[in-house]
Amino acid sequence: MTCTDFLAKLTDFFDGNVPPTLMAEVEHHISECKHCEVVLDSTTKTINIYRDHELYDFSPELQTKMEKSIMDRCAGWKTKLKGAKALTRS
Amino acid sequence: MNRIRTACAPNLYCLPLMPAIQTPETEEIHPDVALVAAAKEGDSAAFEKLIRQYDRQIFRVAQHITQNREDAEDITQDVFFKAYQKLDQFQGNSKFSTWLVRIAVNESLMRLRKRKTSKTVSMDEDVHTEEGSIPRDFAEWRPNPEQLYGQSELADILRKTIQGLPPGFRTVFTLRDIENLSTEETADALGLSVPAVKSRLLRARLQLRERLSRYFKQNPSLSPALLRESKAQ
Repeated sequence: MTCTDFLAKLTDFFDGNVPPTLMAEVEHHISECKHCEVVLDSTTKTINIYRDHELYDFSPELQTKMEKSIMDRCAGWKTKLKGAKALTRS
Repeated sequence: MNRIRTACAPNLYCLPLMPAIQTPETEEIHPDVALVAAAKEGDSAAFEKLIRQYDRQIFRVAQHITQNREDAEDITQDVFFKAYQKLDQFQGNSKFSTWLVRIAVNESLMRLRKRKTSKTVSMDEDVHTEEGSIPRDFAEWRPNPEQLYGQSELADILRKTIQGLPPGFRTVFTLRDIENLSTEETADALGLSVPAVKSRLLRARLQLRERLSRYFKQNPSLSPALLRESKAQ
């Protein structure tokens, strides 16, 4: 396995979609290639660090405000729809 | 129930479990199904519950894609309003949350297009560049890069770094790696093929890795200077 082959398999590797025989080749390559070992390690850390950190504040106040606004819009639309239907029937 | 993925590299590289596509033999009825059915029947409390369950996720997706807080707030409201209006069209072929995410992605990309009136923003933007195809930085990272910076400094770095990705890559990374959608769900939400998602995801991950490496690699003299430089920008 070359470094290019390793990179081509990296997404499948993270998805757990690498068949056992190929996995053995990947493992062997990593054990011999320092560059690919570093790439794998730091890419794993990249994914984990984004997954573990909430980057954008979503306060309970904002949540409550948005929920109220959404429900108000939905109720308004529903009332309009009912009115339109009643008009059509008449 | 989600299948548990067990395949990962020896000892070190297991990522937290990612949701997989449900198989018929393991399929269980998702609690959302009952809530959606009730909402369709006019139960507004059920819809409110769905909002509360997913508004944070939708806000995060919108904020990641648009990189604008006000847009993200507007989009979150629009997504749930549109979902409410089109509830009858939701057939339950995908998870309700995936359906919401798909609406959020469309709304977010539309916002980006509006913002750049003279320039088209699409999922194809910048994917033809070679950036991110080949790793260039091979310096090892600190064992625990999170310990290098305080929480708010780290959040600044992460925000700034993901902001630098082209929207097409940022979106794929957000759905797949931050929101834990499966590759198939991501492809479905973005109207892309699975190979296209895999290709963009690889490049998004490698680009982010490359950029974060400036801060996290084992060269302590570099990181604080770079941080100051980034703050000055």
